[in-house]
Amino acid sequence: MAQKIEMPKLSDTMEEGVIAKWNVKEGDKVSAGDVIADVETDKATMEVEVFDPGTVLKILVKEGEAVPLGGIMAIIGEEGEDISGLLGGDSDEKPAKKEEKPKKEEKSAEKESAGKEEKFDPIFGGIDEEKSSDGSRVKASPLARKMAEDKGINLGSVNGSGPEGRIVKKDIEDYKESASTAGKAASFTEGESEDVKISQMRKVIARRLSESKFTAPHFYETIDIDMKAAVKARTQLNEMSDVKISFNDIVVKACAAALRRHPDVNSSWLDDKIRKHGDVHVAVAVAVDEGLMTPVLRHADKKSLAAISEETKELAALARDRKLQPEQMEGSTFTISNLGMFGIEEFTAIINPPNACILAVGAIRDVPVVENGAVVPGKRMKVTLSSDHRIVDGAKAAQFLSTLRSMIENPLAMLL
Amino acid sequence: MAVLQFREAIRDAIDEEMGLDERVYIMGEEVAEYNGAYKVTEGLLDKYGLKRVIDTPISELGFAGIGVGSAMNGLRPIVEFMTFNFAVLAADQIINHATKVRYMFGGQVGCPIVFRGPNASAGQLGATHSVAYDSMYAHFPGLKVIYVSEPDDAKGLMKAAIRDDNPVLFMESEQMYGMKGEVSDDKDYIIPIGKAKIKREGSDVTIVAHGKMYHVAKQAAEQLAKDGIEAEIIDPRTVKPFDLETVIKSVKKTNRCVIVDEAHPFGGLAAEVGFLIQRDAFDYLDAPVKRVTLPDVNAPFAKNLFDLWLPSPKQVIDAVNAVTYRN
Repeated sequence: MAQKIEMPKLSDTMEEGVIAKWNVKEGDKVSAGDVIADVETDKATMEVEVFDPGTVLKILVKEGEAVPLGGIMAIIGEEGEDISGLLGGDSDEKPAKKEEKPKKEEKSAEKESAGKEEKFDPIFGGIDEEKSSDGSRVKASPLARKMAEDKGINLGSVNGSGPEGRIVKKDIEDYKESASTAGKAASFTEGESEDVKISQMRKVIARRLSESKFTAPHFYETIDIDMKAAVKARTQLNEMSDVKISFNDIVVKACAAALRRHPDVNSSWLDDKIRKHGDVHVAVAVAVDEGLMTPVLRHADKKSLAAISEETKELAALARDRKLQPEQMEGSTFTISNLGMFGIEEFTAIINPPNACILAVGAIRDVPVVENGAVVPGKRMKVTLSSDHRIVDGAKAAQFLSTLRSMIENPLAMLL
Repeated sequence: MAVLQFREAIRDAIDEEMGLDERVYIMGEEVAEYNGAYKVTEGLLDKYGLKRVIDTPISELGFAGIGVGSAMNGLRPIVEFMTFNFAVLAADQIINHATKVRYMFGGQVGCPIVFRGPNASAGQLGATHSVAYDSMYAHFPGLKVIYVSEPDDAKGLMKAAIRDDNPVLFMESEQMYGMKGEVSDDKDYIIPIGKAKIKREGSDVTIVAHGKMYHVAKQAAEQLAKDGIEAEIIDPRTVKPFDLETVIKSVKKTNRCVIVDEAHPFGGLAAEVGFLIQRDAFDYLDAPVKRVTLPDVNAPFAKNLFDLWLPSPKQVIDAVNAVTYRN
């Protein structure tokens, strides 16, 4: 009996997978456990295995094409078997169309669960429902509506000159004119633009970070840390250890220890409750070619600096090769983003949901400091904590930063 | 080309077709000896004789029935009504017989007949003599309805009507019979039934107007042009089948439409065309379609009331101003 090979759920957040590579072609024999395809999900490139032996009867999706979760990728069965029933009777196109259904259903289900959040989201609410500034329904002529849609103009932002404020053709034309004059004045030469296909990863970054920034009310606190002791400690440690400890490793270790003492910062907003996590899992942002990934150091508070250092290097290498497994990217309770190596003095980061906070780490700078009334050379590092105000208040965040600073300034404290 | 009166253009068409096909004959009140109540048939009796130019008693149902019967038996009659207001009496023959015989006899019998005469109002003639019937007849499947506005259209479409193998209602106007215009003298000058004509090009608003109302729309357009508004006037010429394509194309260009109709508003041509425009050009409309029609009131006799009752250029200008958001 022929079987449909459906797009499996390879990560918790994937909605579709792109066939990166087919390892088989129609007519090939396969055994249980054979990897028939490599699939690019929102997080990593994963292998898809078959569970039953048979012959590849039909491949329904080309390399580079996306298949929604549960969509049919291929059909495997006995050689020569009639699979017209599985194909819906006729052309190859059919199954692909059918596949859209589960995707839609899933989406609507997702929408329902997200419904509560959307209520509190004035920005998305405004775009979706085309509310005018006073909240009433926007009146527009059908032509004006279509023109606005074609030009990507939000009708809610157009003033209607027709009866009862109806938006008419002229209003859209005028709107466009004012916008395009502004554009013209700013550009001196016309360069060639390029439209780039959005990768799965970029889609996820776009969706998750917009969601975070638009739903979680961010606030930021920056603290300057004296790195003199940390620099000294690191030199000593590296003389003893086989693994080279980085400043980032020290920050991870210090954060993990500080999180243990400040469970409010190690929390998640769950709509109707706040969850204070029992474990401390610290994610570290790693830049990769197409974007960034956030591998997770599990139980970071219980690991030694050497273990943290080693594991971070391993995970970062996997991330760059896009070999991270979903479980290596899930379950973080806090995230650290470090741009110190680029000489960035300080910056603010967007919270990585469902974390409550993210720490943005700047470069260690040589600065003149006043010590016992004299100006002497010093080493300082600024870190900025972005916090979700639904969970963490200003004072709580400040207390966490204060603990973090004392840990880094007195590395021995981390051993406590 | 020759400059002819409206009545002469119709007569030329009838004369030419009678000369070409001896099955064509004309019948009606005073069409023969009196040369026609409005002189449309002048000279035809002398030319074709009593057998093909026939005076009838004042009995519209009777001679319409004779016309339908003769058409079913192979002739191609032209039945003149002194006005379509009187043809209400003949409506049974027109609606129930002429339009349905081919359908009910499964195509074995045809009915190539033209019913013609003046339509609608013609000044202070009172409520029973002032009705526009084109919309009403256009309601029925199997009937073609023509209501022209200019001599050239009258000739080309009258010839097409006479040559058509199915019943055609050809509507004229007492007030337009003396109107002059250039008319083709081609013996085979045929304007296809169901083809509209863009009589004035413009980009700001589409005005659909036929019959006598075309002239009202034309005056309005001339006035609007002085104000910087260029109206496109489409004369459908044929009410049914209606040339929707030409209208939709124009509305897609101008994004606004005013329909001027000499009939009452309820269920009339203006209502139908308004519906069709929103169905096929919804996304192109920048304003709701407006219509200028008679009110839902019978024709008054008093001059002051009659002038208010009949659609005027001023009403058309007001409607154009409304759809172009200029008031």
